[in-house]
Amino acid sequence: MNSDLRTPLSRARGLGSARQGVHHWWAQRITAVALIPLVVWFAISLIMMSGADYAVVRAWIGSPVVMVLLTLTIVIGLHHGQLGMQEVVEDYVHGEGMKLALIVLLRFIAVFFGLAAIVAILRIGFGG
Amino acid sequence: MAEFALPANSKIGAGQTYKAPTGAKNTKVFKIYRWTPDDGKNPSIDTYEVDMDTCGPMVLDALIKIKNEMDSSLTFRRSCREGVCGSCAMNIDGTNTLACIKYISDVKGDIKIYPLPHMPVVRDLVPDLTVPYAQLSAIEPWIKTTTQPPTRERLQSPEERAKLDGLWECILCFCCSTSCPSYWWNGERYLGPAILLQAYRWLADSRDEAKGERLDQLEDPFRLYRCHTIMNCTKTCPKHLNPAKAIAEIKKMMVERTI
Repeated sequence: MNSDLRTPLSRARGLGSARQGVHHWWAQRITAVALIPLVVWFAISLIMMSGADYAVVRAWIGSPVVMVLLTLTIVIGLHHGQLGMQEVVEDYVHGEGMKLALIVLLRFIAVFFGLAAIVAILRIGFGG
Repeated sequence: MAEFALPANSKIGAGQTYKAPTGAKNTKVFKIYRWTPDDGKNPSIDTYEVDMDTCGPMVLDALIKIKNEMDSSLTFRRSCREGVCGSCAMNIDGTNTLACIKYISDVKGDIKIYPLPHMPVVRDLVPDLTVPYAQLSAIEPWIKTTTQPPTRERLQSPEERAKLDGLWECILCFCCSTSCPSYWWNGERYLGPAILLQAYRWLADSRDEAKGERLDQLEDPFRLYRCHTIMNCTKTCPKHLNPAKAIAEIKKMMVERTI
């Protein structure tokens, strides 16, 4: 019945410390702080442009400051989201194969949508 | 996935009822988790009507009275009966605490008593704490120095000594660790609040010379960083300590040595 005959100390030590994790935790905090002003700016901008037509919004996105801030908001937001979702997976998904697949998939998704957003913003800004 | 429902052999059925002796006017109902490995049955909740006029004020008094006078098979750990040994940690009225310092009068209605959550049960209210004890060994909770020991005591200023207050008082009852969802889902790899508070007790000790190695051993996505500041640990601690703050201090030290 019990196939685990390791000593309790062996189980507790496991494969040892990964000696990483501080970077993930710190990046999560820094991106969170950065997102506060960025999201406030983004929300206010959207509210102020309510009712504006396509050409106005396109011109707004194409201005250099907006291009920088919008890219920052999306890239930092995706990074922060990927870090947080990885935490959720590590908490709740206990099959090692599924856990690995989800962690990799989350990174691919974040990079894909980040690049797609950057290309879209650059195209608008530099007139594609 | 994490276990959100009890496994089939842990589903709790109805149990027996033990009436108060005839003539008892002031009774209180105790509903207590019962399970024994001997009969192959699922756990059950037994009901005990305890005569409060002949019972002490604490939940542990009632448990001992039940064992002495009503049902000698009831199994639980206890020793000091004054909140310093940590043996009688259990889930009373939905909160992990020590039966010996929990007033019966603090609970409105029936008193429901279960073992510490999400630990294997040895029998009745006795949880198997093998893993948390092994995790305590794994953090090596003793002073480590390279410098030759002095011929007298190791000196510490009053300010340095004050940093250990709120840490040395921990009695390792594991009320905090077993209240922590992160410890429920990843108890084999996450050290849990009790052990991390012990780890910080040595990180905060000015006499210890192994801070770097201790931090190396803790820096791990699971060992330390499963803590998501849920704060159940601090809320439930029967000694009114703050394991969540101790964990936050460890996280601060981790950042401090990188910047």
